[in-house]
Amino acid sequence: MARIIELLSPTPPGWGGTLLVGLLHSVEIAAGAFGLGLVIGICGAYGKLYGGPVVRDLLAVYTTIVRAVPELVLILLLYYAGTDLINQLLTAMGYQRIDISGLVAGIAVLGFVQGAYSTEVMRGAILAIPQGQIEAARAYGMSPGLLLRRITLPAMLPFAIPGLANLWLIATKDTALLAVVGFFELTLATRQAAGVTKAYLTFFLAAGVIYLLLTLVSNLIIGRIEVWARRGMPSLKEAR
Amino acid sequence: MIAQGTAPALKYTAQNDAAEAIHVENLHKRFGELHVLKGVSLSARDGEVIAIIGGSGSGKSTLLRCINCLENPTSGIVRVNGEEIRMKADSHGHTVPADRRQIERIRSKLGMVFQNFNLWSHMTLIENVIEVPVHVLGVKRDVAIAEAEKLLARVGLAEKRDVYPAYLSGGQQQRAAIARALAINPRVMLFDEPTSALDPELIGEVLKVIGDLAREGRTMVLVTHEMKFAREVATHVVYLYNGLVEEEGPPEQIFGAPKSERLKQFIRNIG
Repeated sequence: MARIIELLSPTPPGWGGTLLVGLLHSVEIAAGAFGLGLVIGICGAYGKLYGGPVVRDLLAVYTTIVRAVPELVLILLLYYAGTDLINQLLTAMGYQRIDISGLVAGIAVLGFVQGAYSTEVMRGAILAIPQGQIEAARAYGMSPGLLLRRITLPAMLPFAIPGLANLWLIATKDTALLAVVGFFELTLATRQAAGVTKAYLTFFLAAGVIYLLLTLVSNLIIGRIEVWARRGMPSLKEAR
Repeated sequence: MIAQGTAPALKYTAQNDAAEAIHVENLHKRFGELHVLKGVSLSARDGEVIAIIGGSGSGKSTLLRCINCLENPTSGIVRVNGEEIRMKADSHGHTVPADRRQIERIRSKLGMVFQNFNLWSHMTLIENVIEVPVHVLGVKRDVAIAEAEKLLARVGLAEKRDVYPAYLSGGQQQRAAIARALAINPRVMLFDEPTSALDPELIGEVLKVIGDLAREGRTMVLVTHEMKFAREVATHVVYLYNGLVEEEGPPEQIFGAPKSERLKQFIRNIG
């Protein structure tokens, strides 16, 4: 027991600090990817609902392919092929090759994947808004941008939150997939610690607990956000 | 401009010298194969209350919704405040507003009240009422709030200012929607069957508010099934049948001495 505590201690020779740095990176990636996914999702949903035929077709191809191909494959593909493509473009245009940071690449890759799922969640949520509320906003002279900001986004939020909460939790765990491309996040940190100390059970259990805690804290925050987003809606309990 | 509060006395002189707030000329609207409006003309001068009546599918709601381009007319002229809405054909051959800013500007002068209230569910009543003044018209927030409080008090909802629409009765929601429309100080108010979604015992409270507005000289175009009410408040009644104006005139004539057979039958059936 004393050995376990010593191994997990946040200061060397304990590996707790390493795990926490890994967690920090995981959360950074997850938050960045989720945020990028939201932006892509809003644009994607708008494009699918209101865009012209070309935009709609392109978005259909995007959401279909991303959701059809295993994420690990997409990550490998986008990470290696994507960075290679950027560098080839840069050299072709006469610029220096650049080193793309793992953080940026990870956010971009996972965000691209999240965006496809997010698009569908948002599309469903926008369709669930009573159309009269959108119509009222138009009837009072709101511009499309104002309407999106003041009416559509807040009105669709209650319908989007369950789906988006799922996506956030998936994002936190998908960060583990980035271990295969050598990004130092929680899973890779755990593997390193376990490999060096041979205390596999201890470290992987610890990582499991950390992922669980992350989920529990997330649920707490999501619950608060959901109560706020549903402020105008009578609770189902009262309606029963 | 007609002095407010004296509208009944000026009821008919209004038609001659007041400025024209709404002018609709030879309006057509097709939904694909369906020809809903087949050349309708309509005029509302300042201080007039125009009631549009007609059976289901006669095109009366479509006509109202063409005035602020919630539906784009297929052809014809719509002038609001003397300004003609410019239309153009899009790539599919549909007629659409040529200038989005123009249509937004015109819409912000027309206070629309819907059959299903359409209050914004994520905002309290006071937030609903100040939304357009603050975010579309650029009124200062505290000024808008003071004005909104007066309007809510006027429709009898002062103590409900911080309540969300879902917690209110249909009649209360519709009165709040009328306050929202008044908050933009509209040139014309458009009512699209404002009592059709209400329980019978709630209709009276909403009609009372609308009636008060009519009596103080608000310009209105009102689509309604409430014939008794139309007779009381309207200065001019338009009876639509199958996409055309079948008969129009002062309410005494329309309800008291209708000429067209169809109108006679419509009044018999509905009354």
